[in-house]
Amino acid sequence: MTINELFAKPKRQLLNIYFTAGYPEKESMLELLPALEKSGVDMVEIGIPYSDPLSDGPTIQNSNSIALKNGITLDLIFEQLTVSDSRIPKIMMGYFNSVLQYGVEKFCKKCKENKISGIILPDLPLDIYKQHYQSLFEQYGLSNIYLITPQTTEERIRLIDKNSTSFIYAVSTSSTTGSNTGIQGAQNYLQRIQNMNLKSPIMIGFNIKTSHDFQFACRYATGGIIGSAFIKYIANSREISLDTQTFIQSILPKK
Amino acid sequence: MISKYTVNEQGFYGEYGGAFIPEMLHPNIEELKTSYKKIIKSPSFQEELQQLLQDYVGRPTPLYLAKRLSAHYQSTIYLKREDLCHTGAHKINNALGQILVAKKLNKTRIIAETGAGQHGVATATACALMGIECVVYMGEKDMHRQAPNVARMKMLGATIVPVVSGSKTLKDATNEAIRDWINNPTDTHYIIGSVVGPHPYPDMVCQFQAIISKEIKNQIKTEPTHIIACIGGGSNAIGAFYHYLKNENVQLIGVEAAGLGIETHETAATLALGSKGVLHACMTKILQTQDGQVIEPHSISAGLDYPGIGPQHAHLHQLERVHYTSITDQEALNAALFLSKMEGIIPALESAHAIAYLEKMNLKPTDNIIINLSGRGDKDLEVLTKTLNHDD
Ligand SMILES: Cc1ncc(COP(=O)(O)O)c(C=O)c1O
Repeated sequence: MTINELFAKPKRQLLNIYFTAGYPEKESMLELLPALEKSGVDMVEIGIPYSDPLSDGPTIQNSNSIALKNGITLDLIFEQLTVSDSRIPKIMMGYFNSVLQYGVEKFCKKCKENKISGIILPDLPLDIYKQHYQSLFEQYGLSNIYLITPQTTEERIRLIDKNSTSFIYAVSTSSTTGSNTGIQGAQNYLQRIQNMNLKSPIMIGFNIKTSHDFQFACRYATGGIIGSAFIKYIANSREISLDTQTFIQSILPKK
Repeated sequence: MISKYTVNEQGFYGEYGGAFIPEMLHPNIEELKTSYKKIIKSPSFQEELQQLLQDYVGRPTPLYLAKRLSAHYQSTIYLKREDLCHTGAHKINNALGQILVAKKLNKTRIIAETGAGQHGVATATACALMGIECVVYMGEKDMHRQAPNVARMKMLGATIVPVVSGSKTLKDATNEAIRDWINNPTDTHYIIGSVVGPHPYPDMVCQFQAIISKEIKNQIKTEPTHIIACIGGGSNAIGAFYHYLKNENVQLIGVEAAGLGIETHETAATLALGSKGVLHACMTKILQTQDGQVIEPHSISAGLDYPGIGPQHAHLHQLERVHYTSITDQEALNAALFLSKMEGIIPALESAHAIAYLEKMNLKPTDNIIINLSGRGDKDLEVLTKTLNHDD
């Protein structure tokens, strides 16, 4: 399923889990994808490890450097995706330099082959994307997913909404990932976004750690994204499938 | 001065430059981009800056005819004495300019990265002068090898945050400073220490360092044949080159740090070995693996130990307007000791790379050379005395 097929469904309270490819072990993704799908996660965001992840706090920085030490590369990530053949809707998250060195067109092509529906490149600015890469992304059916923050002006949010072909990633606080500010303080901002009646679905990320946080995010948006809290949880895991299920059970409402 | 060598409206130098920033920094960069030129041009800003440069920094810095050095190499060699600036390096030119910009933007907190500690000291000094809070990020390795500058920053009231990620040097300190800015977007201004980072930083820092070549033009009697400067990010070099960029008679030479030697890959010679990529939010030449991971550089000189280079230099390299070359750790050490004995000037290890290039030139008696002596060597005494004892 693509993410846009997922968003077209009536279901709300979508849970998106971020994990770093190649972490904690080089091939962990092969276990994580089925475990996350089985646990009831709606979509996943696969982190492409990078040496200098500027938007990330210590937890994800650390997972990136361990993954790189484990020897993961973009080529291996695509190979693992091909092997896993998982059907859960997938996007990728990384830094522009990784994609640039891989070759932007080759990257788009590989994404299409491996049913990746979107990509978050926080350091690829909107204007440069539009000028140089938009047509290529569209040719391969890849959505470029934009971030907005509490500091983003209304005018710019409208511009981003207009240019989005999938969801908008609303960052709950002005921070790097994994900060400790708590999501409740974002209420006014999230309310403001909700009242703007944007055409794109909103997913809220950064600072969601608990079921309570997730429920809070879902009040203002189509769903929430958990990254650092999950990465921390599986850091020393010996039974990664089991631990993944336990973590997700702690987040999702009991059926 | 707008030319094919300077930044265009979109913030690019040819294919290099731009602002590859996360959305979190968009408002900050937008604010700077729309206001920096207007602020810098305003008469009140210029008046305050020029006064400070004169009375506080001690500008203009002398253009010194190095007679013994000239005799040794049988040509004419001048040293542009940025080492005589208050705080001991050219970095103060930029730190003061930027703190005045920060004041105009009503920022109440300053952050900076530092490698050699000279930019950290300059920023801490500017903050003490203005009574503004100052936080400096510095790699743990650099805190050890540039300990005197750590002590100076502390005396000046700055908070120093040791950076332990990556190679624990300048690249990682810059990462942490950018992350701090993401986390403190409204009250904080980031004073970048070189002509790197997202547009408009490379241009803004260049504007503040261009005073070096402006003074040279007034000071030198006959046109220089060569201007030589070392390159970390490239701020002292662009400052020394700027007003000569359009004068193609003057050969401009940028000296990178070869570290243990380019062939050893323990090096910081970005233009020699790098390829096009994004580092610290700008498109430039960087040292990277095939997979696009940034390679940890090596140089004995903390200020040159950086895997990138300012986008304007990447562009000038492509246009072949500037000749870029490199000098090893050992050659720089030798040059530092040589200049000390020949002229009674102990240079910073960074600047010693520029001095060392004299050995590689086929100098003629008609050559009229300017070396930008970007800083003084007090901070490097420990490393330098070790070499001295070793040689004895
Ligand atoms: C004395 C001195 N020269 C040169 C540099 C290198 O920086 P840039 O290339 O920006 O002049 C430094 C940086 O710390 C320095 O302290």
